[in-house]
Amino acid sequence: MKETLQKIREEAMKQIQDSEALERLNEIRINYLGKKGELTTVLKSMKDVAPEDRPKVGQLVNETRQAIESFLEETKKKLAAKAREEQLARETIDVTLPAKKNNVGHRHPNTIALEEVERIFIGMGYEVVEGPEVEYDEYNFEKLNIPANHPAKDEQDTFYINNEIVLRTQTSPVQVRVMEKGHLPIRMIAPGRVFRSDEVDATHSPSFHQIEGLVIDKNITFADLKGTLAEFAKQLFGENTKVKFRPHHFPFTEPSAEVDVTCFKCGGSGCRFCKGSGWIEILGCGMVHPRVLEMCGINPEEYSGFAFGVGLERIALLKYEIDDMRLLYENDTRFLKQF
Amino acid sequence: MNTALSWIKAYVPDLTCTAQEYTDAMTLSGTKVEGYTSLDKNLDKIVVGQIEKIEKHPDANKLIICQVNIGSEIIQIVTGAPNVKEGDKVPVVLVGGCVAGGHDGGPMPENGIKIKKGKLRGVESFGMMCSIEELGSSREMYPEAPENGIYIFDPEAPVGADAVELLGLHDHVFEYEITSNRVDCYSVVGIAREAAATFRKPFYPPVVKATGNSENIHDYLQVEVEDQELCPRYCARMVKNIKLGPSPKWMQRRLAASGIRPINNIVDITNYVMEEYGQPMHAYDYDRIADHKIVVKRAQDNTEFETLDKQVRKLDSSILMICDGEKEVGIAGIMGGENSKITDDVTTMVFESACFDGTNIRLSAKKVGLRTDASGKFEKGLDPNNAEAAINRACQLIEELGCGEVVGGMIDYYPVKREERRVPFDPEYINRLLGTNLTKEEMLSYFKPLELVYDETSGDIIVPTFRQDLERKADIAEEVARFFGYDNIPTTLPCGEATTGKLSFKLRIEEVAKNIAEFCGFSQAMTYSFESPKVFDKLLIPEESSLRKVITILNPLGEDYSIMRTTPLNGMLTSLSTNYNRRNKNVRLYEIGNIYLPKKLPVTELPDERTQFTLGMYGEGDFFTMKGVVEEFFDKVGMNEKIHYNPNAQKTFLHPGRQAEIIYKDQTVGYLGEIHPTVAENYGIGERVYIAVIDMPYVCEYATFDRKYAGIAKYPSVTRDISMVMKKEILVGQVEEIIEKNGGKLLESYNLFDIYEGAQIMAGYKSVAYSITFRAADHTLEDKEVNTVMDKILNGLTALGIELRK
Repeated sequence: MKETLQKIREEAMKQIQDSEALERLNEIRINYLGKKGELTTVLKSMKDVAPEDRPKVGQLVNETRQAIESFLEETKKKLAAKAREEQLARETIDVTLPAKKNNVGHRHPNTIALEEVERIFIGMGYEVVEGPEVEYDEYNFEKLNIPANHPAKDEQDTFYINNEIVLRTQTSPVQVRVMEKGHLPIRMIAPGRVFRSDEVDATHSPSFHQIEGLVIDKNITFADLKGTLAEFAKQLFGENTKVKFRPHHFPFTEPSAEVDVTCFKCGGSGCRFCKGSGWIEILGCGMVHPRVLEMCGINPEEYSGFAFGVGLERIALLKYEIDDMRLLYENDTRFLKQF
Repeated sequence: MNTALSWIKAYVPDLTCTAQEYTDAMTLSGTKVEGYTSLDKNLDKIVVGQIEKIEKHPDANKLIICQVNIGSEIIQIVTGAPNVKEGDKVPVVLVGGCVAGGHDGGPMPENGIKIKKGKLRGVESFGMMCSIEELGSSREMYPEAPENGIYIFDPEAPVGADAVELLGLHDHVFEYEITSNRVDCYSVVGIAREAAATFRKPFYPPVVKATGNSENIHDYLQVEVEDQELCPRYCARMVKNIKLGPSPKWMQRRLAASGIRPINNIVDITNYVMEEYGQPMHAYDYDRIADHKIVVKRAQDNTEFETLDKQVRKLDSSILMICDGEKEVGIAGIMGGENSKITDDVTTMVFESACFDGTNIRLSAKKVGLRTDASGKFEKGLDPNNAEAAINRACQLIEELGCGEVVGGMIDYYPVKREERRVPFDPEYINRLLGTNLTKEEMLSYFKPLELVYDETSGDIIVPTFRQDLERKADIAEEVARFFGYDNIPTTLPCGEATTGKLSFKLRIEEVAKNIAEFCGFSQAMTYSFESPKVFDKLLIPEESSLRKVITILNPLGEDYSIMRTTPLNGMLTSLSTNYNRRNKNVRLYEIGNIYLPKKLPVTELPDERTQFTLGMYGEGDFFTMKGVVEEFFDKVGMNEKIHYNPNAQKTFLHPGRQAEIIYKDQTVGYLGEIHPTVAENYGIGERVYIAVIDMPYVCEYATFDRKYAGIAKYPSVTRDISMVMKKEILVGQVEEIIEKNGGKLLESYNLFDIYEGAQIMAGYKSVAYSITFRAADHTLEDKEVNTVMDKILNGLTALGIELRK
């Protein structure tokens, strides 16, 4: 009996040793340890063993079983590891093959610039509002302190629908519409299309965009206007950007200013981009003219405010170094894909 | 406006600054300097030399050898100039010096031309004699300079002196951008006043002395003004025994630097005073004025008049004319007539210095198609009090320069004198508006150089009439800000009640639209709001379509930009066409922009501006790709109900078999389809084009950003597959309607997994297969329950004539 077990054990061990596949190990398990396996057969023949020898033989059978099982287990792990290794080696890919892209579309540079501006002002508590593009002359001019026959009306080359209705030449009428509603204080920006009868060329377009800003509250000062636009310029063009306020004239603000920022190409030392001056003009602004406030039903002794207007295309052209405004309205995907 | 700095310095003699300092300071105080030209640019080592001896060059017929005394020594210069002779005093550039340009007056090199010691045909030359062009100027500015030759100085010119200085070329010409409110700064005196205030230097305006002989102009001339509104003031003075001749060099140079060509003393004085005082004047030949009478009145309708540029102008009764006893002699404020202009044989003349209504001049100039220096000044609305000062200044120059005998007295039509305005001075308000903390005295110190007078008793600022822009307290605040310096005003952020920064709901929806379009591969386009009325034919839009009811621009840039669009299609198709022509493949574009639908024609109120979300594509993808984008968008803006598609969209610009209205909650919210092949051809696109147009106002009505979590199913679902054969004409939409209608509460979803036509299916029929999923929220479904629902669905399908495949 003992010899039989020894033999079984040696044979099993050898077969396990020689196994190269996991399936083979399973076969061996069945052959030796299965219901009809050799060891089970030995166990079944226990009835032929003398009762006093049975515990000893039983122990021997268990030892053999355990030995085979543990060797099986050990070998299985080794083979599995080897198989995984082979699998991984087989599955190696060329990671430099081209990516499978989703071909996501691109946003228009005007919009990207606008969204930057919106983000900055929303962060400062401004609401983004809109107004009509086809507008009453009254809102586009009269209520902005540009009476009939004012030379500024000529300067702006207005498109007329009839005597009372125009294509707005500026986003400023949105100021009036918001002020007339009378909900104070006001902090708003109004982006949108505006129209002036300029022939199309590299720097002109009869249709372009402006962003109007308006703040009305008690105790709003010119210093606040300076601080707000300085912050805006820093966020839009970089932390080191400086601003310069130059006196100017707009009918609907007093005092008025034009604002230059340090050239973001040369940092202010002067280059071809800023025509050597180190400064680039970016917007017009001022304290809301008391007459405009009065016309909107706001008492200029109690409230004051500032307004500014930025040309969106100007920002986009400057920021992205686009050299021809016409590109913005052609919608060539080779252009759009660069943004 | 262009002015030489030397002219400004004539009134602000203490001004000492570089051209750049002047530029910066003036710009920061509100007189914007656009740029400047230095007249002595590239001029170096140029002195007055006197030619002592001229000899012929031994080897060259056209060259001469000059011995030139330059004060310190005598140098030898070889030249080819034909106009010099012994004793002439000429500008000489020495060896190592520099001149600005060539003798031909062509474009000047950036760094000038350096002068070196040279040898001409073997003879040494130590410098060069200069023409006016080589000195960077022109005969326009120096009419006394010879054509093609060396400039010859007056005999008094000191030998060895700085020739550039002597020619007045150590000067800078500044170009200013004057804002329309500062009428007073369209004059040298006005700018000089600003310069004096900016640099805090004393200001010495011209001192005008009394002029005129003992005669009385009223004995010579009569003036009648018939329209006081258009001509609030008319001043006239006379000069007799006129001696026409060139004006002095200093005057010629100042005019030339301002871009005005010197002509003769009378014309030059008129122009000089116009520049100096900003007041245009006109001179008439007294002997050509019929009845020696000037009448200022409106023209008659439908008449014509020949202006002194020999052009015939059409007139009407809105245009103000200057007439004599018989006829019109000039268009007021714009241009005189050919019939009364000053000619070389003039002996007596009338000076006119008037004030005309600015708006009327501007409109008249437009009407007659003639904008002159004079009308450009008048249209800004001049100060009538300046008219008198200017005419007296002109007469003073006439006397000082000996151009004639000024007749005593002035005819002055001035029924309503313009008085100085009073504006309350409120330092507290000014500080509050500017965010400054200035004392009253500080503020007053800025006003003094501007000639703003503080009246202590009333507390008002008395504003001189030339400052028509200063009307109220805020205007006074700007004066303080300008001279305190915008730079010196503190930088703060607004405080006060906090406000919420946000996008409107509409803009948030648009943001989702942009994101979805871009995720789906569409890039953003921007197209014009106006287009050609021809686009409707191009789009096969029928004559009676409401889309042809458009808003028309009265003064468009051309027919192609003359109507406000009522559909976004033309913009989209034009952009796709541009891409197609440039051979861009698989192009997908979207645009968010308005269409403009008139409420009534002709337009009496603002149109309905409707924002359209337009998608267009060619190349990869088809109708269903586009449909997918639409549904992704609706899903993301919370429009989760079933979207219906009506194939009878009746869009003539779309393929009749490939178009659908998009219907949400019984409302048509847009359409999509394939562009009609004829339309695609019209746009020159050789591929199938798909578009979708979504009307955003409707989307805003139905969209929501509210979301509610519905839980994740706890009990298993049951899925049943059905396969059907049906007539081709039956839409799967109809099948889905029956599934939905009969599916009841247990229906969770359904999914079309096969659609087939062809072999094994009868002609005119198609096979369609769906898998339908059921689930109950509170228990595991039993077959029985599912069977009941499935039977209902199947009955419904059978009723539609659909046959189930076994």
